[in-house]
Amino acid sequence: MPSLKDLKNRIESVKSTRKITKAMQMVAAAKLRRAQESAEAARPYAERFNAVMAGLAASVGGSDSAPLLLRGTGSDQVHLLVVMTAERGLCGGFNSNIAKLARTRANELLAKGKTVKILTVGKKGRDALKRDFAKHSVGHVDLSGIKSMGYANAQDIARDVLARFDAGEFDVATIFYAKFENVVTQVPTAQQIIPAAFETDGEGDEVALFDYEPSEEAILADLLPRGVATQIFSALLENGASEQGARMSAMDNATRNAGEMIDKLTIEFNRSRQAVITNELIEIISGAEAL
Amino acid sequence: MANTMQFDLVSPERRLASLQVTAVQIPGADGDMTAMPDHAPTITTLRPGILKVEGPEGSSEYLVTGGFAQIGADTLSVLAEKAIPVTEVTRAHLDELIAEARASHDAAKAQEHHSIVDDAAKLLADMEALGTHMGL
Repeated sequence: MPSLKDLKNRIESVKSTRKITKAMQMVAAAKLRRAQESAEAARPYAERFNAVMAGLAASVGGSDSAPLLLRGTGSDQVHLLVVMTAERGLCGGFNSNIAKLARTRANELLAKGKTVKILTVGKKGRDALKRDFAKHSVGHVDLSGIKSMGYANAQDIARDVLARFDAGEFDVATIFYAKFENVVTQVPTAQQIIPAAFETDGEGDEVALFDYEPSEEAILADLLPRGVATQIFSALLENGASEQGARMSAMDNATRNAGEMIDKLTIEFNRSRQAVITNELIEIISGAEAL
Repeated sequence: MANTMQFDLVSPERRLASLQVTAVQIPGADGDMTAMPDHAPTITTLRPGILKVEGPEGSSEYLVTGGFAQIGADTLSVLAEKAIPVTEVTRAHLDELIAEARASHDAAKAQEHHSIVDDAAKLLADMEALGTHMGL
């Protein structure tokens, strides 16, 4: 049976924990709004870009002169997995869900006898995959110093990936990130970026009517690397919103748990205080009776 | 014939402009071109330069780098990697762009790919001309 003093200390410490988790929840909520806004602002660009690329890809894709980024190297032996996670923890299952998806995919590929290379973006993903896939890791991108995700960050990552592709280090690149559905749901997603896969939903016919200046091939060669950067940028933004959403609900849970714990401890504290008082009374009364 | 068309200028980070315009001068990769309503549908890539927009409510200019323009009969979308209203461009912006262009020029020279060196040199020259044009 803990003493009154112990109980009081525990209540105090749980109370300050609750204060911290509450504050973290509020911060995450504010950051979530910002992250959602920038994800929203980036959408028109990505949508138009993909529409045009899909049209171009549809009209050029079949030919042998199509850029390597579009038609691939003709093999799928070496896979590069770009695993994008957060720099910080305390956001529920966010990081581990992405890592789990990447791990499953990596194991599948390894079982098929493919070579797997892993590029991690964000510290938590690296930590999660370090144990099983340390020898497959080819690099890490540190984003810890960055306050708000800019297109330049995505360009840096894209440049890194493209340089590796040009050097023939891999055949297929896939990015792993969490798609933001809503505050409580984030879906870990794998998306192939090289060779480029664009959704062609009937828009191809319309776009195919355009004149191209310079040639279609030249435009495609110019735009494909930018497409990689665009896809990485959207993924980074989705990830940013997902991280804050996950953290918000995780911290909401933590705050509620702390509240329940305080209630329980307070009842226990009151009971034992009552017991002490009763005890003292009994002692006084029996003392008086003995006289 | 329509007198105006819908013009959208978007960068990856935000939408900069969405308005009705009468003419837009685009710094295309193969040379400047002016798009007016009822232009033949065209897609062109951009070189770094100034995008001039003329609308019923006056004109505006943007510094754009990298991307493409999609021209339709009554719509014009410009997707630029970087787009800054000229009024907000400072020497610092330009220096950054010039430094970037110079870096890629040097990198290209190191690799001795002639076409890339030429491209990078052209980019560098474009950047410097841009600065002079804006009187910075």
